[in-house]
Amino acid sequence: MVLKVKDLAVSRGGLTVLEGLNFTLSPGQALVLRGPNGSGKTTLLRTLAGLQPPAAGDIVGDPETIAYAAHADGLKPTLSVRENLAFWAQVFGTSDLSPAIDAFNLGTLLDRAAGALSAGQKRRLGLARLKVTGRQVWMLDEPTVSLDTSSVEQFAHTIRDHLKNQGSALLATHIDLGFEATVLDVSPYKAKLRDLPVLEEGLL
Amino acid sequence: MIALLLRDLKIAVRAGGGFGLGLAFFLIVVVLVPFSVGPQSSLLASIAPGILWLGALLACLLSLDRIFALDFEDGSLDLLATSPLPLEGIVSVKAAAHWLTSALPLVIAAPFLALMLNLPAAGYFWIVLSLLLGTPALSVIGTFGAALTVGLKRGGLLLSILVLPLYVPTLIFGAELARRGVNGMDTQTPLLMLAGITFATIALLPFASAAVIRINLR
Repeated sequence: MVLKVKDLAVSRGGLTVLEGLNFTLSPGQALVLRGPNGSGKTTLLRTLAGLQPPAAGDIVGDPETIAYAAHADGLKPTLSVRENLAFWAQVFGTSDLSPAIDAFNLGTLLDRAAGALSAGQKRRLGLARLKVTGRQVWMLDEPTVSLDTSSVEQFAHTIRDHLKNQGSALLATHIDLGFEATVLDVSPYKAKLRDLPVLEEGLL
Repeated sequence: MIALLLRDLKIAVRAGGGFGLGLAFFLIVVVLVPFSVGPQSSLLASIAPGILWLGALLACLLSLDRIFALDFEDGSLDLLATSPLPLEGIVSVKAAAHWLTSALPLVIAAPFLALMLNLPAAGYFWIVLSLLLGTPALSVIGTFGAALTVGLKRGGLLLSILVLPLYVPTLIFGAELARRGVNGMDTQTPLLMLAGITFATIALLPFASAAVIRINLR
């Protein structure tokens, strides 16, 4: 077990969006979060990554094992692809960039400025960052946005590799990536709206 | 940490990094002063320390909103906050990078601009010393202000209003140190006060900045 969630509630902007979540993530396991837009998948991921405190419940796990990839890739447009990757490698104390470059086919783009990449290429660079972190638990928020089909296949292959090496992954995604994963639909855990102010009829 | 500092310096000196904005502003202010107050060299010499300090302070202020805004917009701040680097270290590095790219060029340019204001020869040492000692406080306090307003779209106005009162002690003792040095008076009191302000802010404010960033990222 690398991550265990007990009776977790997460909130966004002071409103609880999900509550009563219980799950565990084991080495080699992928967990896919599903649910309609605005159901709280991103909020859940941010809470698990340690960016915000849980509204209630417990998260058992070491934040130092988690690598988080948000909607935004955190790329610096004036730095080259290599410089962007090397920076994150240094931050996470690793040095070998080549597995990440090969996994996402970035070899021909290394000296291009990140600002000159297409949306899909940027995403690939953002995902390659996960691999250079050397961390065990990957948390990905909509990882396949703007990727073409072959890049999606590459990405799925990288995840499979990661799982094979006893890594784990937690993904919020809408498409089927074609690897064995536990699916967690978050909609049943939607928090009941208790604290919303009641609008007067005249205003409606 | 070193990697973050080097990255920030690299971004600052590349195209569109905003390096030189403060310096150009400083230059403009100092060049325009003789036009607005008149060319009497004795008057210019006596107000030179104050003008140089005010110009340096406003030039510093100009670049503050870039400290965290770009990292927040492209998502790097989220990723840095979940990285092994402590957030207190990240904000300290950000302040150091701001000082190196925005304040240090002002310190270096100050003696050349002082020439235009007819500063007496004895004053150059004191101008550079007071700016060298005082500008780190401006960067650290400014980083705190930038941390408070991170995530606000165009928070520049709020940032200036928040930071200006906090800049006042540094300005008073910095300009006083320079003025007394230029006039050959005793400099010990303002020197110690300015050094005290700078070292206290460097020691304490990163913790406040990191706490504020944690809240703003929620």
